[in-house]
Amino acid sequence: MNSKGTLKSSSSELDFDRPNIEDYLPSGVAIQQEPRGKLRLHDLLDISPTLSEAAGAIVDDSFTRCFKSNPPEPWNWNIYLFPLWCFGVFIRYLIIFPTRVLVLTIGWIIFLSSFIPVHLLLKGHDKLRRSIERSLVEMMCSFFVASWTGVVKYHGPRPSRRPKQVFVANHTSMIDFIILEQMTAFAVIMQKHPGWVGLLQSTILESVGCIWFNRSEAKDREIVARKLREHVQGADNNPLLIFPEGTCVNNHYTVMFKKGAFELGCTVCPVAIKYNKIFVDAFWNSRKQSFTTHLLQLMTSWAVVCDVWYLEPQNLKPGETAIEFAERVRDIISHRAGLKKVPWDGYLKYSRPSPKHRERKQQNFAESVLRRLEEK
Amino acid sequence: MGSASSMLTQYDIEEVQEHCNHLFSQQEIVCLYERFCQLDRNAKGFISSDEFLSIPEFVMNPISQRLLKMVDGLNFKDFVAFLSAFSTKASAHQKIELIFRVYDSDHNGKVSFKDILEVLKDLSGSFMSDEQREEVLSQVLKEAGYSKDCYLTLDDFIKVLGQSGVKMDVEVPVD
Repeated sequence: MNSKGTLKSSSSELDFDRPNIEDYLPSGVAIQQEPRGKLRLHDLLDISPTLSEAAGAIVDDSFTRCFKSNPPEPWNWNIYLFPLWCFGVFIRYLIIFPTRVLVLTIGWIIFLSSFIPVHLLLKGHDKLRRSIERSLVEMMCSFFVASWTGVVKYHGPRPSRRPKQVFVANHTSMIDFIILEQMTAFAVIMQKHPGWVGLLQSTILESVGCIWFNRSEAKDREIVARKLREHVQGADNNPLLIFPEGTCVNNHYTVMFKKGAFELGCTVCPVAIKYNKIFVDAFWNSRKQSFTTHLLQLMTSWAVVCDVWYLEPQNLKPGETAIEFAERVRDIISHRAGLKKVPWDGYLKYSRPSPKHRERKQQNFAESVLRRLEEK
Repeated sequence: MGSASSMLTQYDIEEVQEHCNHLFSQQEIVCLYERFCQLDRNAKGFISSDEFLSIPEFVMNPISQRLLKMVDGLNFKDFVAFLSAFSTKASAHQKIELIFRVYDSDHNGKVSFKDILEVLKDLSGSFMSDEQREEVLSQVLKEAGYSKDCYLTLDDFIKVLGQSGVKMDVEVPVD
C-alpha cells in the first residue's frame, strides 16, 4: 500500500485529463431505469442498486483486472510431461540463462568501451557524436532483446526522424522501450526509477534525449510539458516516444491515455505492441517485483514473443479536443493489439479517484427524489 | 505451479459453503477466494479498509464508507457470508436483512429516523439540504403509517420492501 501522503488526490489537474468515467462504466446497474411515480417509503429505503454496485466492485472490478499478472500455466501435470518439464528447466536455467548473461555482459563491455570514449572525446563534433551514440544505444538494446531471445515481428514502415511528430504506444513493461529502441533510437518520457535503472536513465539515456519526471511531483509536469514542446521542434532530435497510459498494464487492457502527447500540435504515430504469453508474461507488475527480478524472469524463459505494429499517423481533426483525439488513437491501438478499453486513469494505482464521480451519483439520486416528491 | 485455488481443499470449501448457507457453488467460492487473495495484498488473512479503497469503483460508491465498517477486517469465511446476500440463490428475506443491517449502524436491532437520515445523507450528499431530507423522510414515513419517533424493525423493513421484491443480485465471474 502506498503512503497516505500520496493519496491526497491531485484531482484538480487529473480531472482535465480524463473523459467522463460514467460514460464507460458497466451499464446495467449504473444506468437505472428512470423511476417514476409518487415517492413512497419503499423507494427511499430500497438501497439495493447502490449496494449491488458496491458488492459488484468488491467481487470483480475492471481496474484491478488491468494490473493482474497471469500466473504461468503449469504443464508438468503428468508423469510423461514431468521429466520433459524438468529437462526444460535444466536447459533454461543452466544452459540458456548463463549464455544470455554472457551475451549481455559482452554487450555491456562493447557498449561501454565505445560509448565512454565517444562521449568524452567527441565533445566538439556534436552531430557525429550524437549519431554514434544513437547507434550504440540501438545496439545495446539489441543485446538486451537477444538476452531474452526476443522474437519480435515489426509490421509497418519504420519510423523516420523528422520534426513535429510523436510516437505513442501502449505500455506493458519497460521492455517495450527496449524493443522499440533497438529499431530506432527514440527519446522517451519516463518515470524516474530508483537503482541501476535510474543510473542508466541519468547517464546514457540522457544522451538520446530522454526526459525524466517524477509522477507524484506536480511541478515536474510543467517542466516535462515545456521540454516536450522544445524537443519536438528540433529537426535533428530523436523521434519522441510517449507511453500515454503512464503506467504498465497487463497487455489485455488499455487504460486512459494522458492527453499531454496529444496537445503538442504534432502528428501522432500510434504504435501497438502485443505480447504473446506463450512462454512468459511480459507484464511488469512493479508492485510485486523489481525491474531486475522482472528481467531475470524474462531471461530464464524460453523466449519473449511479441508483435509491434507501426500504425498510420494521425492528426488532430478540426473541432476535435485533445481528449477526443487521445481516445481515437487509443481506439486504433486497442483495436490493432486486441486490447480491451477501460475508463480508468492508470494513476489511480497511486491515488484515489476524485470525489466528483461520487457527487454525480448523489446528484442523480437527490434530483430524482426531489422531482418525485413534487409528483402527486 | 500451485495457484491460489489449490490451497483450498474440498473440506475448506465445504466449510465455507456451510457458513454461507450454500448460497454459492463450490466453483464460485474458489473464484471468490482468488479475488480475496488478490485484494489481500500482503496475505494477512483479511482485507483492510485501505485495500478495499484501492478499488476505484468501490470508492465512487456513495455508501462505501458505511459498507467499509461492515466489511473491514473480515476473514474469508465472513467475507463470503457477507457477499452471500447478493447471490442469486439468496432469498428476499436475506437481502432485506442485509439492507436492514446497513441502516442499523449501532446494531441495536431497530432503525431510527436518524439512522435513515444518515443513509439518505450519504446518498444525496450536498445536493439536498438537511431540511429537505427531513421533510422528505417524515412525509413518506407518515404516508406509510409510521411517525417520526417510531423505530423500524426488521419486520417493518420486510413489510415495506418485501412486496415488490428487491433486485440485488451480483454474479460471481466464474472463468
